[in-house]
Amino acid sequence: MADKILMKGNEAIAAAAIKAGCMHYFGYPITPQTEIAAYMAKVMPKIGGTFLQAESEIAAINMVYGVASAGKRVMTSSSSPGVSLKGEGISYLAGSDLPALVVNVQRGGPGLGGIQPSQSDYFQSTRGGGHGDYHMIVLAPASVQEMAELTVKGFELADKYRVTSMVLADGTMGQMMEPVSIEDLEVKPAPEKPWATTGTQMAREHNIVNSLSLVPEELEQLNFERYDRYKVIEENETLYEEYKVDDADIVIAAFGIAARVSKNAVDEARKLGIKVGLIRPITLWPFPKAPFKKAAEHAKAFISVELNMGQMIEDVQLAIESKCPVTLCNRAGGMIPDPEQVLNSIKEVNGGIA
Amino acid sequence: MSAKNMLFSGFGGQGILFAGKFIAYKGLIEDKQVSWLPSYGPEMRGGTASCSVIVSDTPVGSPIVSNPDILVAMNLPSLDRFEDKVVSGGMIFADSTLIERKVERDDVKVFYIPATKMASDEKLGNLANMIIVGKLLKETGDYTEEGIRAALDKVIPAKRANMKDVNFKAIQMGAEFE
Repeated sequence: MADKILMKGNEAIAAAAIKAGCMHYFGYPITPQTEIAAYMAKVMPKIGGTFLQAESEIAAINMVYGVASAGKRVMTSSSSPGVSLKGEGISYLAGSDLPALVVNVQRGGPGLGGIQPSQSDYFQSTRGGGHGDYHMIVLAPASVQEMAELTVKGFELADKYRVTSMVLADGTMGQMMEPVSIEDLEVKPAPEKPWATTGTQMAREHNIVNSLSLVPEELEQLNFERYDRYKVIEENETLYEEYKVDDADIVIAAFGIAARVSKNAVDEARKLGIKVGLIRPITLWPFPKAPFKKAAEHAKAFISVELNMGQMIEDVQLAIESKCPVTLCNRAGGMIPDPEQVLNSIKEVNGGIA
Repeated sequence: MSAKNMLFSGFGGQGILFAGKFIAYKGLIEDKQVSWLPSYGPEMRGGTASCSVIVSDTPVGSPIVSNPDILVAMNLPSLDRFEDKVVSGGMIFADSTLIERKVERDDVKVFYIPATKMASDEKLGNLANMIIVGKLLKETGDYTEEGIRAALDKVIPAKRANMKDVNFKAIQMGAEFE
């Protein structure tokens, strides 16, 4: 095994993307994800890749569209306000069934907001973000090693299903350093892309990549087919981690940094004899409904811990079919709940069910 | 020891983030679980810069240190801001060249090191941070020459190899300071 080194989460994403064979990066700087662009700017020219700082986020996402059409692995990254700007392009990628990776290292919003960590783009990411009926595969890392692993996974899933993958991180994940091994990352080779617009060599019909479809019957059919694919993704690609859920009376739902804070609180609560566990969705779309549904068979209450005003809580309620109450434990605007706040929430909920 | 939660704090430019990174790397080399999280807000421009470092025998949960076992305060605003946050029985390392007041609490171990003056007397430039790191390693029982050298190899790039000995000297001075 290769030596582990300390890397910022942002750098780990960039290094993992290159390891995954992504040779093309387009972006526009914004805190707290600028290290991704900085890493790419340093490395891409040395390995014959493309680093381009576009004139805007909108330009960058459309450059991604171009490279994706040509069948190459490609990515862009930004933070919340910048991702909103990319929304139109992400919708076009979906409408053209193009694989690409978009990274969102979230900061507090709405509007220009602040630069501190947030998870308030959950709705935007899991519901698509742009206009039209579509989904992205949304991956939520909770460690620097996962920032790297899920970047690779994002490319692989994007290629496999011809969808856009999003790595949805936050300012803490982007800025923190932890041990990570890039060399040991396993990368499956990219599949053939017979649909790519790579030139016919006068040997085949033209490939056309386009999201415009003016005949409603045909456009409806395209939507149906896309959703058939989404169904396969929902059946096969959910990822989650369970922590002390088996005997839990109270189950916490949390992803990313909120899950790490919650883990501390779970350990503290267990010391007090409270049976509490944690389900950490790793894919936010598709949402891992199954472990929640299963936990609802024995749990008496759920707590959703989020860095927003309560977004994932709706998916938790849906997953457990509102069988028991779900309480929100949150901070917003760039603030992070500390383990004590989560512990207090656990105690309060525990008092209510005792 | 299961986990040491540390908070390094001072002005931007004092090498706060570097000192934290060094401690994290030393932990990594010694097969500990580690995390390093900087403050990256506008506060870094002119006010306090700080970073949370956790070195643990078990996987690190939250990387955010709100209540440190060990506080390194390299200026007065840092001590003012974090003194009350240190856990009872914890340690505070203060640069007494820049902090004139004493720590008010009596339930923590306090070490006053005139690190900025020591660095300037010994022509060690801005290595007050590493002098304090030396004292910290000594007092926490983590001072091993081998580990320190290995960690310096990791945090100082090859093209600045000449800085390794100077950093080591600063750490040693801190460790020997009584």
